[in-house]
Amino acid sequence: MKFKTFAAFVGPSVFMMLLFIAAPLVSVFIQSFQVTQPILEQIEVETCTPGFLTQTCTTEIKTVPVLDEAGKTVTETRWVGLQSYRNVLQMDKFWSAVGNGSWNQIMQIDFWKALRFTLSFTLLTLPLVIGVGLAIALAVNNATRSIRGPIIFISLLPFIITPVIGSLSIYWLFVGDGILTAMMERWSGQNISMFAQAWTIELLMYFYRVWHVAPFAFVIFYAGLQTVNMDTLESAVIDGASRWERLRHVIVPHLMPLIIFIALIHLMDCYRVFDEIVGFRSQAHVISLQWLTFDFMTPDDAGNRAMSRASASSMLTMIGIVLLLIIPLRRTWRDHKGSAH
Amino acid sequence: MFLKKIALAGLVSLLGSAAMACSYQNEVPVKSLSAGFEAWKAVTDAMAECGNFQAELDQEFRTKQPAAFEANPSLYQIGGVSNGTITPLLNAGTIRPLDDLVEKYGQNLSPNQLIRINGQIMAVAMMVNTQHLMYRSDILADLGIDTPTTWDEVYAAAEKIKEAGVVDYPLGATMKSGWNIAQEFVNMYPGHGGKFFNDDNTTAVNSDAGLASLETMKKALDYTDPEVLVSDSTYVQQQFQQGKIAMANLWASRAGAMNDEAESQVVGKVAMAAAPKAVADGAPATTLWWDGIVIAKNISDEEADAAFRLAMEGLDIEMVQGANDAAIWLVGGYEPTDIATGAIETATANPAPPAYPSTTQMGLLHTALGNELPAFLTGERDAAATLIAIEEAYTTSAKEAGVLK
Repeated sequence: MKFKTFAAFVGPSVFMMLLFIAAPLVSVFIQSFQVTQPILEQIEVETCTPGFLTQTCTTEIKTVPVLDEAGKTVTETRWVGLQSYRNVLQMDKFWSAVGNGSWNQIMQIDFWKALRFTLSFTLLTLPLVIGVGLAIALAVNNATRSIRGPIIFISLLPFIITPVIGSLSIYWLFVGDGILTAMMERWSGQNISMFAQAWTIELLMYFYRVWHVAPFAFVIFYAGLQTVNMDTLESAVIDGASRWERLRHVIVPHLMPLIIFIALIHLMDCYRVFDEIVGFRSQAHVISLQWLTFDFMTPDDAGNRAMSRASASSMLTMIGIVLLLIIPLRRTWRDHKGSAH
Repeated sequence: MFLKKIALAGLVSLLGSAAMACSYQNEVPVKSLSAGFEAWKAVTDAMAECGNFQAELDQEFRTKQPAAFEANPSLYQIGGVSNGTITPLLNAGTIRPLDDLVEKYGQNLSPNQLIRINGQIMAVAMMVNTQHLMYRSDILADLGIDTPTTWDEVYAAAEKIKEAGVVDYPLGATMKSGWNIAQEFVNMYPGHGGKFFNDDNTTAVNSDAGLASLETMKKALDYTDPEVLVSDSTYVQQQFQQGKIAMANLWASRAGAMNDEAESQVVGKVAMAAAPKAVADGAPATTLWWDGIVIAKNISDEEADAAFRLAMEGLDIEMVQGANDAAIWLVGGYEPTDIATGAIETATANPAPPAYPSTTQMGLLHTALGNELPAFLTGERDAAATLIAIEEAYTTSAKEAGVLK
């Protein structure tokens, strides 16, 4: 392809990537080393608010931002080095908790609590998604042609649902006396509260994520299964390989690049787990790194946002994703180089 | 031609009906952004009758409002605020003083409605709101329990109700992690005589009153739904409506829903009383809130004039008479009914509960409370460690916001 043609095709998307991904990333990176504060002053303010019949007026010293002549808040931006990272990571508390050998104390620090959940969520759902996806793909592949269509359609349904809506429906099915909780209560004869303790919430989250993402793995694997070399399979049958041996030695090696592809996508998506936290309202028990960033950014009633900590926390999330991806990426790279020889 | 005539006739009749409900025809396009609860619906519907008005009712209004009002021209002319959410608008100077407009159009306002900051009218309040005790009068009467006035009495009553086993859970509580649970503490802490801040803007919650408040809050867990850390006002309201709980310290603005026959199975059975006291001779352990309107600064005087006139039309007697039980109105013509007794008793108690202390620092502390309290209630952390954690979380964010050096 001529370079000009290539550039014409790729140009718009490179431009979009620079504008919407690279530029914000650079800006977040810079902001994570800065703190922007309004200049504040203390003034005496008399505030009169309604009581039920008469007003109550109070005079107090309030800390309020200074406004310039145009009525804009005067702000000042300072470089603070790694201060925001320190505020997020709270290493001093972390090390003292490690010194005490207290896991519980480490789990009291927001970042480490979030990291613990994010990692176990990512790493536990990964094999499940691949396993379930592969199982569905094999089942569909071996099903009679006439029922294949409907089965594919039904297996794809969870993937079509918007993640927030999906997690909310799971929440409603299980919260309080939701239909499914009520059913479980009838079976077991006990009062069950799925959202009262961390482990049941986490279990529901794993279940939901696998249910939601497995169809994606299924579609990819199903496509991959169509390209398995039939000659190799048939010779394996003649050699007396069992179904399991055929899967282990022929099909899985053939699908390996796809498995790595799905693992990559899944790691990237899962490390940013967020919908489950909001949908399940699990903040009291379980939080994730992405939720932590969101929480820093959400303004409180007085309009304060912790932008510096939010930037630091999202940079840390990105570093985490990069670290996680290194292993599968190195493998792909090796395979890539290997195939070139 | 025929179609055109019909359309024209329809338009004229629409205008006619609008003119019937509204005393004038609004010519200037006006938009408003406010919370989405029943009272705001009533007010904005009344404003819409004058025409050229578009209301946005959004429970996430507080995250949108500061930025929307800072735009020039402002994206909305009218803002619906509460004493909690007016702070960022005041701080950024994006709302205008209303003295001249009140003089021009505010003949029907009572002095009680005018929110004055340093003597200038910055907002017009329309209703008060507070968390107070709601209880199933039938259950308490059956079991021979007097209306509880302190939290100790509430728990004693809850114990009896639990033994009798007449409802799933004796108590409901708005303890959803985040804003709601923080508000529970903000209610309880002044009730125990606590003070939120020292003079140098550091927080004073790490105190005996703080410990006492945490203890009182934790006792509730013996009587509530185990999933209480996910329950917000709407959830508690539904638990009441479905007859699952017998008592709760819930918002006055939710009282009307108890008698909504379309939703509630307990119509006429829920009574309201003053918020329980934390200590016998103290104030009810709650905070007083108001909701009202503000007018944006970054709009033309003509628009501000039209917006305020429209708002006054929305806050008139006719509106209140049409939606009497939607709120504890401050607007003239309001007839307090049974469901208002709790709020009125709370607000007129002696000593009276404080108004929600809305400041920059309070916003930061509220967030710190909302994030750190759940670990105490799940039992992962004891009371003393929780208060220290709250103090540290507040200090970190206060330093980042520039409130502390």
